Amino acid sequence: MASNFNSADIAAFKNVWVFCEQRQGKMMPTSFELISEGRKLADELGVELCGILLGDNVEGIAKELGGYGADKVYLCESPLLKDYTTDAYTKVICDVIEDIKPEILLFGASNIGRDLAPRCAARLHTGLCADCTHLDVDLNGYVNFLRTGSSLDVDNMNFESKLFDVNKNLKMTRPAFGGHLMATIVCPRFRPAMATVRPGVMKKRPYDEAKANAVEIIRPEFKLAAEDIKTEVLEVVKAAKKLVDLIGADYIVSVGRGISKDVEGGIKLAEELAEVLGGVVGGSRATIDSGWLSADHQVGQTGKTVHPKVYIALGISGAIQHKAGMQESECIIAVNKNETAPIFEIADYGICGDLFKVTPMLIEAIKAAKAAK
Amino acid sequence: MKIIVTVKQVPDTSGKVAVNPDGTLNRASMQTITNPDDMNAVEAALKLKDETGCKVVAVTMGPPPAEGMLRELMAMGVDESYLVSAREFGGSDTFATSQILAAAIDTIGLEEGDLLFAGRQAIDGDTAQVGPQIGEKLNLPQITYAADIQKEGNTVTVKRMLEDGYMTIRVKTPCLVTCIKELNTPRYMSVNGVFEAYSKPMTVLGFEQLKDHPLIEVDTIGLKGSPTNIFKSFTPPQKGVGMMLEGADKDTCEKLAGLLAAKHII
Repeated sequence: MASNFNSADIAAFKNVWVFCEQRQGKMMPTSFELISEGRKLADELGVELCGILLGDNVEGIAKELGGYGADKVYLCESPLLKDYTTDAYTKVICDVIEDIKPEILLFGASNIGRDLAPRCAARLHTGLCADCTHLDVDLNGYVNFLRTGSSLDVDNMNFESKLFDVNKNLKMTRPAFGGHLMATIVCPRFRPAMATVRPGVMKKRPYDEAKANAVEIIRPEFKLAAEDIKTEVLEVVKAAKKLVDLIGADYIVSVGRGISKDVEGGIKLAEELAEVLGGVVGGSRATIDSGWLSADHQVGQTGKTVHPKVYIALGISGAIQHKAGMQESECIIAVNKNETAPIFEIADYGICGDLFKVTPMLIEAIKAAKAAK
Repeated sequence: MKIIVTVKQVPDTSGKVAVNPDGTLNRASMQTITNPDDMNAVEAALKLKDETGCKVVAVTMGPPPAEGMLRELMAMGVDESYLVSAREFGGSDTFATSQILAAAIDTIGLEEGDLLFAGRQAIDGDTAQVGPQIGEKLNLPQITYAADIQKEGNTVTVKRMLEDGYMTIRVKTPCLVTCIKELNTPRYMSVNGVFEAYSKPMTVLGFEQLKDHPLIEVDTIGLKGSPTNIFKSFTPPQKGVGMMLEGADKDTCEKLAGLLAAKHII
C-alpha cells in the first residue's frame, strides 16, 4: 500500500472512476452504461470522469469509452492481465487508486465485478454497495427520484444529516430482501465510495465521435509479477450455445410455473409469440430451477433486470423477486389462469385464462394486426 | 485437513414478506432458513468429508437463535460449529461482518491443506461481498461462483461460472471457494445425525473473545462503525392497476392486438 494512503482522509479524493470490464479484448456493454451514468455523477460534482481499463493489447477499445462520456482512460496493459484473475486485477486497481485517489469508483455487477469489487474495497479499507439500480450525488435529483420511485411522502421528510454533507455524498439505491425493500446507502467516512451496478439498468448515452477522439489516455505506473497471482487459469470456455440477449431485447415473452402441465408445448408457444414480435424468451426463477430453461433466460432479482417495450408474462404468478426484474417494462401483458395472481397488479393488460388456449389466439391476432399495418 | 464453511440464517424471502409501516422488514413474522447457497457450500464440504474423512466446521455470525441452524447442519454431518454473536456486532455491513468472521476463522485456525467454503451470496442482501472480503482479510486466494470442485493433494481445481461460459481455475490450498446451486444438491439430515447433533461441540465467540484480535478494528464494526450506512429505506411504488380484458377468447386477443397496434407498440 502506498505509504501515504488513508481512506479516511476524504478531502484527498477527487473524480469519478469506472472500472471498464473487457473480456477477450471486447468491451462488456455494461462498461458503456456505467460510463454514461458516471458522466451524470461527475457533472453533479463538477469533476472529471475517468475509466480504468485493464487487459493485454486493449488500447484500441479505450477510446470508445470517451464516446460515452469519459474524459480520461487509465490504461493498464500486461500479458498478466489478459485473462481476469482476482489477484492481478485487485493489485493493479488498488495500487493505481492509492496513487491517484478517486472519490467514487463504480464496477458492473457481473460475475467478475462481484468477485473483484469486494476484494478491492476490503484492501482499500472503504465501503461498497452491491448491485445498485440508482445513483445520485445531487440531493434534488435524489428527492425527485423518490417522488416517483418510492411510496415515501418526500415533501414531509427531512434529508439533512449532522454526520455528513447530503449534497456531496453518493447515494446508492438498491433492492434488498428479494426486491421487497429498497435501501439507499451512503459511505460518508471513507473514500472512494464504491458501488457495483446492475447490468442493464443504467441507460447508455448516444455515442459522440468527437468526444471519443478527444479522450486522454494515461498509462499509470503499476507493478505486477507472475508471483502475485496465486490462481492459475487453465482454460476459458465460451458457452457453446448462443446466449439469449434479454437486456437488449425490445420484446420479451416469459413463461412461469403455469407451463408445468406441458413444458415443451409452453416453451414452444412462447417462442412462436416471441418470433412474431421479433423478441426473445425469458423465464421466472421456477422455470430455471426446474431445468426447463437455461439460466441465461432468467428474469428477476436473481436473474436479469429488463425493461423492454413489451413484456408478456405467460403463467407467471408475479412473485416480488420476478417483478423486481421486469416492472420497469414499458408495457406489461399478463396471461394467467388465476385472477388474483399478483402479476395482474402491475400489468397494463391482463387476460385471465389458460395460456395454452390464449397464446395461439394471441399469436394469430398479432400476426393479423401487424399484417394490417 | 479441515474445511471451514461460513453460513447464515436468513429470512425466507421467497415466501410472504411483511414490511413495517416505517419501511423496515418485519422479521418476527418471517420464517428463517439456512441461506440456500450456503447449503451448497456445506454439501460440497460434506462430499469431501465422505471422500477423505476430513473435518467440517461451520461458522455463522448472528443472534443466539442461529444455534438451531448450526444444530441442523451438524445433523447433516458437520462435525463442529461456531456461533459468532455479540450485541456489538449487530448492524454490521459486509466490510464489518467480514472482519469479524475473518477474525473468528483465524481463531479457529486455517492451516496448509485446509479449505474455506462460503455460499456465493445470501438471499436477504444478495451482495456476494462477505466471502471475497473475508478472503482479502485472511490473504487467501479466492475462486467465486464454483459449479464444480475437485481436490487433488494440496490443490483444488474449480469450474468458475461466468455469464457467457466458464473458467477452469487451479489454486493451492488454503483458499476460499464460494459456491452456487449448480454445484450439488444438499443432503437431508439423518436420524442418527439428529441424535448426534446435540453432543457435537458448539462454541460461542463473543465480543470479549474477538475484540483484541489483530483483524478487528473496534471502530469499524457494528451499526455505527460500518463504513456504509442506510440513508433511507422504502418500498417500491405499486404501478397503477392496468386493464383486465373481458374474456379469454379470440375477440379478447384481437382487441388486445388492436390496442397494441393503435399505440404503435407492435
